Amino acid sequence: MSVRARLRRWLPHPVLSLALILAWVALQNEFAAAHWLMGAIVGVVIPRLLRPFWPDPPPVRSWRAALAYAAVVLWDIAKANVQVAGWVLLRRPETLRSSWLVVPLELRVPEAITLLAGTITMTPGTVSCDLAADGSALLVHCLHTKDAAATVAEIKARYEARLMRMFGEDES
Amino acid sequence: MADMLVAALLLVGAFFGLVGSWGLVRLPQTMQRLHTPTKATTLGVGGVLLASIVYFGGVRGEWSIHELLVTLFLFLTAPVSALMLARAWLHRERERVRATLPRPGASGVDWGVYQPIPEEAEHGAAPKR
Repeated sequence: MSVRARLRRWLPHPVLSLALILAWVALQNEFAAAHWLMGAIVGVVIPRLLRPFWPDPPPVRSWRAALAYAAVVLWDIAKANVQVAGWVLLRRPETLRSSWLVVPLELRVPEAITLLAGTITMTPGTVSCDLAADGSALLVHCLHTKDAAATVAEIKARYEARLMRMFGEDES
Repeated sequence: MADMLVAALLLVGAFFGLVGSWGLVRLPQTMQRLHTPTKATTLGVGGVLLASIVYFGGVRGEWSIHELLVTLFLFLTAPVSALMLARAWLHRERERVRATLPRPGASGVDWGVYQPIPEEAEHGAAPKR
């Protein structure tokens, strides 16, 4: 067995392993060597046990796109929180124009769709509610929108396009 | 100075937390009420966590990274629980709601919630007799 195959066998999700180690050490809130060691055990064993349930993790093609995505999402969460607070406090609830949106998906990687759905829920004003049975569209509930098509276009341009770059789906 | 910053952050956090709860009481439809706890609370909790970082790091001099973990876990769990609630509601109210939903596309596919559950035997879960 080659070194590469062996690595893939024992470290099927290197990024997840790293995240688990960091999370473990952060939980201890101390940087002693013992915590790093225990974290390393956690970081190797859990992804190994997880492998049968998560066989083909998609590689992140562009970490720059991933960082940019995180920054955009954090900023949008802060901005849109203020907006929703305004709607809730200042508008009479009857005047809120809630509607269902259908976001047709170009993304195919399931992990990327999960990220997109989570992002839609965390950015205020929209909650992702369901996925089409064939994964071709997301059902999104929007708290208040005057122009549903514009909201869908914004979701696609702001989030989906960046996710496609992040997972390298824009090339294929 | 640091005290004032902590106080200001706590107030901002408390304000957004309050707005989230207020929306939960005030909004008339179930799906609308799902919005405020997933949203306004993000900044609500965020403000309190920032205050905690500033207080323990800046005032007491004990830097702590637990706050970042709380944020991480919140971001992981909030969308999942919101999705569960939404899907449970779509399922329970299907007689009334299903016809009012837009279709996912031109083809005949429907939303995942309304897919018939595959036979258990397909997964080998049903005991053979």
